[in-house]
Order: sequence, then C-alpha cells, then structure tokens
Amino acid sequence: MEAMASYVKDTELRLGLPGSDASEKPVTRGGKRALLEDESDFNDSSPEEDSGRRSVVASPMAKAQLVGWPPIRTYRKNNFQARKAETEPEAVGLFVKVSMDGAPYLRKIDLKVYKGYKEFREALDIMFKCFSLGEVSRKEGSNGCEYAIIYEDKDGDLMLVGDVPWEMFISSCKRLRIVKGYEARSLKSSQPIL
Amino acid sequence: MTYFPDEVVEHIFDFLSSHRDRNNVSTVCKAWYLVEQLSRLRVFVGNCYAVRPERVMARFPGMKCLTVKGKPHFADFNLVPHDWGGDALPWIETAARCCPGLEELRLKRMVVSDESLELLARAFPNFKSLVLISCEGFSTDGLAEIATHCRGLRELDLQENEVEDHGRQWLSCFPDSCTSLVSLNFACLKGEVNTSALERLVARCQNLRCLKLNRAISIESLIKILARAPNLVELGTGSFTADHRTEAYQNLLNAFYKCNSIRNLSGFWDAAPRYLQAIYSICSSLTVLNLSYAPAIQVNDLIKMIRHCFKLQKLWVLDSIGDKGLAAVACACKELQELRVFPSDVYGTGIAAVTEEGLVAISSGCPKLNSLLYFCHQMTNAALITVAKNCPHFTRFRLCILDPVKPDPISNEPLDEGFGAIVKSCKDLKRLSLSGLLTDKVFLYIGMYASRLEMLSIAFAGESDKGMVYVLNGCKNLKKLEIRDSPFGDAALLENVGKYETMRSLWMSSCDVTQGGCKALAAKMPRLNVEVINEREESDEMVENPSDMHRVEKMYVYRTLTGPRDDAPDFVWTF
Repeated sequence: MEAMASYVKDTELRLGLPGSDASEKPVTRGGKRALLEDESDFNDSSPEEDSGRRSVVASPMAKAQLVGWPPIRTYRKNNFQARKAETEPEAVGLFVKVSMDGAPYLRKIDLKVYKGYKEFREALDIMFKCFSLGEVSRKEGSNGCEYAIIYEDKDGDLMLVGDVPWEMFISSCKRLRIVKGYEARSLKSSQPIL
Repeated sequence: MTYFPDEVVEHIFDFLSSHRDRNNVSTVCKAWYLVEQLSRLRVFVGNCYAVRPERVMARFPGMKCLTVKGKPHFADFNLVPHDWGGDALPWIETAARCCPGLEELRLKRMVVSDESLELLARAFPNFKSLVLISCEGFSTDGLAEIATHCRGLRELDLQENEVEDHGRQWLSCFPDSCTSLVSLNFACLKGEVNTSALERLVARCQNLRCLKLNRAISIESLIKILARAPNLVELGTGSFTADHRTEAYQNLLNAFYKCNSIRNLSGFWDAAPRYLQAIYSICSSLTVLNLSYAPAIQVNDLIKMIRHCFKLQKLWVLDSIGDKGLAAVACACKELQELRVFPSDVYGTGIAAVTEEGLVAISSGCPKLNSLLYFCHQMTNAALITVAKNCPHFTRFRLCILDPVKPDPISNEPLDEGFGAIVKSCKDLKRLSLSGLLTDKVFLYIGMYASRLEMLSIAFAGESDKGMVYVLNGCKNLKKLEIRDSPFGDAALLENVGKYETMRSLWMSSCDVTQGGCKALAAKMPRLNVEVINEREESDEMVENPSDMHRVEKMYVYRTLTGPRDDAPDFVWTF
C-alpha cells in the first residue's frame, strides 16, 4: 500500500516549484529547505551584485513551468503576448539570419540599421566577401551580380528582395538567403523555376 | 422602531445602501425581515452556487439590480479548468420568469452564452444596464442582440472579457432611436467596429459620459468622436496611433482642448510619444489614469505627463515606469489613493524594473494611499516597515514578488516582519496578498492583527499547518481564503471546520490536503460543498478510485444552501 502511495506521489502532476516535494513532513518542505541552503552561498556577496541576479528558483525555465504565476489575469497576459510579438522588433533591433549557399555558417544582420536597399546590399556584400560573393559580382560585368537575395516572409513564402518598399520589407522579413548560380539566374530573368 | 408603520421603516432602510447593512437589519425581527425583503432593490450574490436563483427572487420580488459572481478568483490565473461552471443562463432564465422588471445585471467571472444575451435582450422591457467583468462564452452576435432589442439601454460595460469576434456589425445594431446611452465600454473587443455607425451613435447620445474604445479605433476616428462628445467624463482612447502622419496631432490637440470634463483616461494601446503631448491640457483635471495597456510609452514621456496630474487619485501603470518614474509620481500626485504597477515582462526574466525603492518613495509622497497592487522583483522588510509607517490607511495591499520564494535580498530573511508591520499598522486592511519567502510567523501576525481582513491570498508560503490555523482562528472577518503551493494539510483543514460557514469560500491548490481530509470535512459540515477538481489526461485506475491518502490537487469549499450543484462537470467531485 505504501509503495503504491509513493508511486502515486512520484507520478502526480504538480503545480509546485520543480524540485520541491510536498510529501516530506513535518516542518519544512524539502524543496524549500534546499532553496534556503543555497542562500548561504550568497551571503558573502554584496547587495549590488545580487539585486539583479539573485534568484532562489533554479532557472528561468523553472519559472516558466509554474502555472498561473505570476498572478496576472489571462486577458492581460494575452494582450501582452500578442504585442510582444509585434513590438519586440521595434525595441530591440531586427536581427535576421542570413544564409548563403555553400557557406559553412550563417550570419545575422540587423535590418533596422539600414535606411534602404542600397545600404543593405552593400552591407551584405561586405559581410559575405570572404565567401567570394564580392568576387562573383565583379566577375560578371554588366548587371554586376550572379547572386540573388531572397527572403522568407511572415507567411513562410520565399520572396525576392526589392519588390516592396523598404519599410514593408523589414517588417515582414523573417530570414534571408543568398542564392547563387542557376537559381539566381532564373530569378533575375523572371522565369518561374520549375 | 416596532411602533412605526412599515412605510416609515422602509423609508429608513432606503438610507442603507450596502447589502451587508440590509442583511443585518433583516435579521433583527420578523417585521423588519418582511419590510426589508420587499423593499430591497439591489441584490448581491457573491457565489452563484451558494443559493438558487429561484430562492433569491422569491425573497426579493422587487429586485431591480442583480449582481452575481461565478468562478473562484484563481480562475483569473488559469487554475480553474475551462468548463468548471458558473453559467449565467439559470439566473437570466429565472429572472425572466420572476423579475421581469429587472433593470441592471452585473456578472463577474461567469460563462455567458449568446443565448443568454439574447434572452436578456428580449425578456426585460426596462433593462438599462449590463456590466460583464472577466466573463466568457459570448460573441459579438450576443452583443448585437443587446444593441438591437434593449430599448432605453443606458450602460453596456464590458471589462476584460473574452469575446469572440463574429464581425463588425453589432454596433450598427443600435437603432437610430437609441439616444439613451450614458456608458459604453467595448475596450476588450479585438475586432473592428463600424466607425461611422459609432460616430453617429455618439452624436445622438447626448448623455454619453463614459466611452471606452477598443484598440481597433485609430486617432482619426477618436478625433471625430471627441468632436461629437465633448462632455465625456471617462475616455478609453483606442490605439492612440495614427494611420497617416498628417495633421492628426493638431486636430487631436484641438479635440482634447474642448473636452473639459474628462476625469478618467485609459487605453493608449500603441501610443506614440508625439501624440501624448496632446493630452497635457487635460492631465491637470484627471483623477483616474490607466496606462497599464500601453507598453509603448517610455518612462521619460510618462514622467512628463505625470507632472501635470496633480489631482490624480488612481494610477495604473506598467513596471517600465521604474523606481525613477514612481519617484516622479510621488512628487506630483499628492492625492493618490490607488496605485497598480503591472509587470511588462510577464515571465520576469528581464531587468529589474521596480524595486522596494519605488514603493517607499510612493509611500512617503502619497499619504492618502489606501489601495496597492505592486509587481516587483524584490522587496525588503525595512521597506515594508517604512511603508506601513507612512501609509496606515491601506484597505487593499497586494504585493507580488515575481520570484515566488524570494527573501529580503539585503538581510536574507523571510518577509514575515515586513508584512507583520503592514497588518499591525493598517487596522482597516480588508484585502491582502502575500509573496516572497514567508514562514509560519507571518500568519501568526496576520491572525493577531488583521481583524478586519476579508480576503487573503497565499502562494508558496508557510512551513506547517500552524500557519493556516493562525489565520482561521484569528481573522474573525475573513470571507475568502485562497491558498496555492503551501504546506497546509488535513490537520489545518479540519482544525476549525465551523469557520468555513462564516466565510464565502476556501480555495486550496497544490497543498497537502488529501482526499480523506476533504471527505472528513464534507461529513462534518453538510452545509458546505467540498469540491475536488481532478484533471487527468489519461484515464487511470487511481483516478477512478483513489485512496483517501491521495493528495488532492485542487479543492474549493464554499457554504451553500443548495447542496451539491447539478451542473458539475465530471472532473469535479463534490463530497
């Protein structure tokens, strides 16, 4: 019977802090005692160091698992989550990944920094020079480039950079990709890629 | 008094506005009971399952205004399953049969279907006012019914409800003959409304004093609306951002200039700083300002605005205001009575925005402060002791330290002494929410000093059953106790069972109460409903027949005259 009871306790879904265990009696909860012991490590450090970072709970992940905490009405929380998605780019800069075919790693670029397409293309040029992007563009002569820049928009579609006004572009661009060779030529000639 | 004719007694009772006073006089003697029941116009039901609607309406046949509350408070934080209950339909159906003269209905945390709203719209010819707070279950179709059929509607107030958007025509359903609106609040609606219908409605309702727009309304529309309603007292501004950059700012300035009566402002969902300046002219008459849905407002713009608001009594802001912003509030707003500071970063992983310093500054600058809701990253005992000394008039004190068991960061101590100082100093304290690292000691203080306390919210606090027992034995006016994630078990639950009949309800979740404890409580106290909520994803033998030693995840106990409710879903067991 006791084995069953402990099995039940072990497998119960809980809303408490991860790592804390209510079944330990009598006085302090096991979890809380463990948390209090951790406190002693902080005793020697100064208040300034601790005020921003001190957290008895193990990690932000642990916090995120607490149902209904912090106690904010769902309506208000929903309001903020919807808007965090919208407003974060405004506040923090708009970093998107840039991949280039054949390059061993990707880069990230802050779209907020550029005033328009010209600056943007120049920046990409510089960024990917080491992968011979620049050389490719100089090699081909008249239209200057044997590469095309495409992006993935909010709906997940792949679009050619340059069709829409700059402001609209940066608000919908989620990811960039530089394509070279055959694919680039097809895009440039406005033929559909089969 | 017994020698006076009934009419005189009734007239004297007219001066009693609080339902508690009326409840008290009705228990004095049979004669007073009868006079009071026939003359009560405003009826308040704090728990929809405590009494049947038929019984309420039989006792108060003259009822004109009904208020009903449904789900327990922790439903606000997703702790109560979606279909737990709280259906408004039985109340509306019964009122339609027994009290067709109903004029006002106020519902909080209830499930209101479109069917209910349709019935409401058609069954009460004198219906004047509908207030729905934190409700769900209805759509704009239901609102269209209300708009269409409630002749003479004065108030439609929708506060923080989850409303399904079925299109933008509900507002157009107000007939041209509708000129009676005094208050219209649709701020919580997500969808668009027909703006020209809105402008025409505002223009013909000359008595309109409260208008709260939703986020879909742009500044251009706001300007047109203000031009038609210069006598507004309460305004929710809508998004406060413009579609075109043209003359919007100057037009806005002019529009606000003509609105001399505005005392209450809210909205500002996407407020751009340049538009905020347009309202400086009315800031000095504001008594209520709600910026808690406006994360786009930066602290420096906020401070510039606050400096003008010297008559402010109620302020709701986000914690991005910072300690610096709160210091500015403390300097400018000497009449402040209520402050709410909400977290802008919901998971609390960002930079500390407000700390104990902001609160201390407010307490020393605003001695009239009596109501507080404060989300912060840390708090110290010293700060709380100072706040208690500066502001002895708190009636509502809710502190939420985002990190659930955080101690005083300077002394490393639990916050028992700080909260103890609050309850000792604030003799009129009616509502208290605790947070941070707390031992049983804080409950000893609460039991000893918080004699007027009516509602107590506890989370991640205490060390043993003694904590809960101190509260149950000490707080003689306690009406609602809600506890989560605290080590209180059966011994505490069963220590003072008679107490629960003097209270509206007790909620305990993620505590140490067992099924056996719940059964024992139910057996001893037949006039309580002891509900246990069992949510399980897979069916499990244990669930079908769990032992009495099985810990109960969620328990809700409330006094009732009706016995177990008949609409309980299968995951709710009433013992």
